[in-house]
Amino acid sequence: MKSRVLEIHSETPARSLSAPSGRLMPSIQVNNITVSYTNGVAAVRNASFKLGASTICALVGVNGSGKSTLFKTLMGFLTPSSGDVRIAGLPVNTALKRGLVAYVPQSEDVDWNFPVLVEDVVMMGRYGHMSFLRMPAKSDRQAVDEALERVGMSDYRKRQIGELSGGQKKRVFLARALAQGSEIILLDEPFTGVDVKTESAIIDLLRAMRDDGRLMFVSTHNLGSVPDFCDQVVLFNKTVLAYGPTATTFTEANLAEAFGGLLRHVRLGGSDLHDDADQRRVTVLTDDERPLVLYGERDQEKHIKPDRGGAS
Amino acid sequence: MMLFSAVIDLLLEPFAYQYMTKAIWVSALVGAVCAFLSCYLILKGWALMGDALAHSVVPGVALAYLMGLPYALGAFTSGIIAALGISFVRRLTMLREDAVIGLVFTTFFAIGLLIVSINPTSVNVQSIVLGNILAISDEDVVQVIIIAAISLAILGLKWKDLMLAFFDDSHARSVGLNPWRLRVLFFVLLSACTVAALQTVGAVLVIAMVVTPGATAYLLTDRFGVMIGLAMIIGATTSALGAYLSFFMDGATGGLIVVFQTLVFLAAFVFAPKHGRLAARRAARAFSSEVDAGSREENAVKRSGLEEETTA
Ligand SMILES: Nc1ncnc2c1ncn2[C@@H]1O[C@H](COP(=O)(O)OP(=O)(O)OP(=O)(O)O)[C@@H](O)[C@H]1O
Ligand SMILES: [Mg+2]
Repeated sequence: MKSRVLEIHSETPARSLSAPSGRLMPSIQVNNITVSYTNGVAAVRNASFKLGASTICALVGVNGSGKSTLFKTLMGFLTPSSGDVRIAGLPVNTALKRGLVAYVPQSEDVDWNFPVLVEDVVMMGRYGHMSFLRMPAKSDRQAVDEALERVGMSDYRKRQIGELSGGQKKRVFLARALAQGSEIILLDEPFTGVDVKTESAIIDLLRAMRDDGRLMFVSTHNLGSVPDFCDQVVLFNKTVLAYGPTATTFTEANLAEAFGGLLRHVRLGGSDLHDDADQRRVTVLTDDERPLVLYGERDQEKHIKPDRGGAS
Repeated sequence: MMLFSAVIDLLLEPFAYQYMTKAIWVSALVGAVCAFLSCYLILKGWALMGDALAHSVVPGVALAYLMGLPYALGAFTSGIIAALGISFVRRLTMLREDAVIGLVFTTFFAIGLLIVSINPTSVNVQSIVLGNILAISDEDVVQVIIIAAISLAILGLKWKDLMLAFFDDSHARSVGLNPWRLRVLFFVLLSACTVAALQTVGAVLVIAMVVTPGATAYLLTDRFGVMIGLAMIIGATTSALGAYLSFFMDGATGGLIVVFQTLVFLAAFVFAPKHGRLAARRAARAFSSEVDAGSREENAVKRSGLEEETTA
């Protein structure tokens, strides 16, 4: 049975969610930044990378490797002690003022008892598009409807925000980021706590937005789905270990460096796998439920894309 | 018939006195603005802040009298200093908000009492502590009206921005707002309105004016805009009613206003459609009957499943 959510997602993005014409080219430039917390922990050290338009880039690293710190720095919540960040060629605060960046944090730091409904929260994504009185126009309502529809939360729009499950809350905040219509979207572990169906729905949506020219930067633990939907990867552990196109960067060697033996690593080859002298072998790398599977001759292994959607 | 018209005459009597009409209108206005602010205060867990500010104005008032300055100016200034002091200490120390509030406001109050005790004749402390709306001077009326009108205007323009900043600080920044500046704006308004409320209900009861209407409205709705509207209606009518009835009861205006607010709160607590006690009971009853219906349905499904199996 194909779900309604999935069907909606396979459409191209409709007008009200897409960015206005005359838009800036989205890009993120991180130049040699070092970021420290007030307790002296330098969570990011001398990190540099560059991302451009029409990209979905994964940010992959172990717990505590500084992924969330990097996102907070991109949002201007933390200021690098050295180096600088440019978003679409602009300083962070200018880019934020222009509504270029939407951000879904790893965990929402909001008061769940606040008297706002799901649709009110999603409407907050539109504030940057409204005049100073924040009166929603028709286009704002439309964007909210569409964003809710896309994350499959339309039926819950009149619920108070605290009256949702963890995954549903996550979807609402994703919808808010979508409604924002920003050129750049930062998602900090959007897939933790959401079910497989929602995950594939979100991935389809990210693809559609990539085709629309946007830049998505997504931190994730689901190694298996990275080759499936990300064209770029940044492997991170306090600094950038490797970055570039997924095919060349997301390799066993790089991952082993990034995860430093923290991954479960299973390899099958030779007589365990084949009855003949076939040199190809299977490698499974995993740190949680979604493993990365490599298959092929030594150092020529290819990513096996997991079968998503209908089968699961 | 004679009796009826006598009752009417009695009820209308307060309106024959100009000072009573003045008191009723001023109280209603102050009640409405304080109620507006109360919606933010109770959601932020800053209920104590109203109390703190009311006590913190005492040294300002005393000094203003000493220097021959308008008393509202002194009150406003020391209120602001206390409010900013509270946020400042909070930022620097990571102490819990209530501890910081308690620390700062007792200090201010102590200084105020000290000044008053050194210059015993300088201030009529009782009128600050208990308020005296029935004896309000024309000058003070103008002052209160100006404060309330400006505050209402600003709140009317900025209420959504304030809501967003209080609900989700980081998202507020990502749409280009400055939460810190909005917070300062809020404290300025709160200090100003506390000064205005001092006249009507006195320092001791200001906290009720800036807490109870919001708390009541919170029980009645899940939408912030509606909550503000309800709180203002409650604040204005209870204040007007309190001032009106105090004509018959000789001057206990503050006490009456707060008693009425509490009565409305109790009514909401019991009868509120969704968050009231009765509603909770109804929901519990509805649930138990739903469970019965649910288990019946489940059985039906099981039965039809069996039938399918047998036909297949
Ligand atoms: N508020 C904070 N104050 C001080 N140190 C912090 C703070 N937040 C995080 N850190 C430290 O900074 C480092 C990076 O943390 P960060 O949250 O960026 O990791 P992460 O890669 O997002 O991890 P995860 O996969 O668990 O989300 C960690 O060592 C952490 O202990
Ligand atoms: Mg993180």
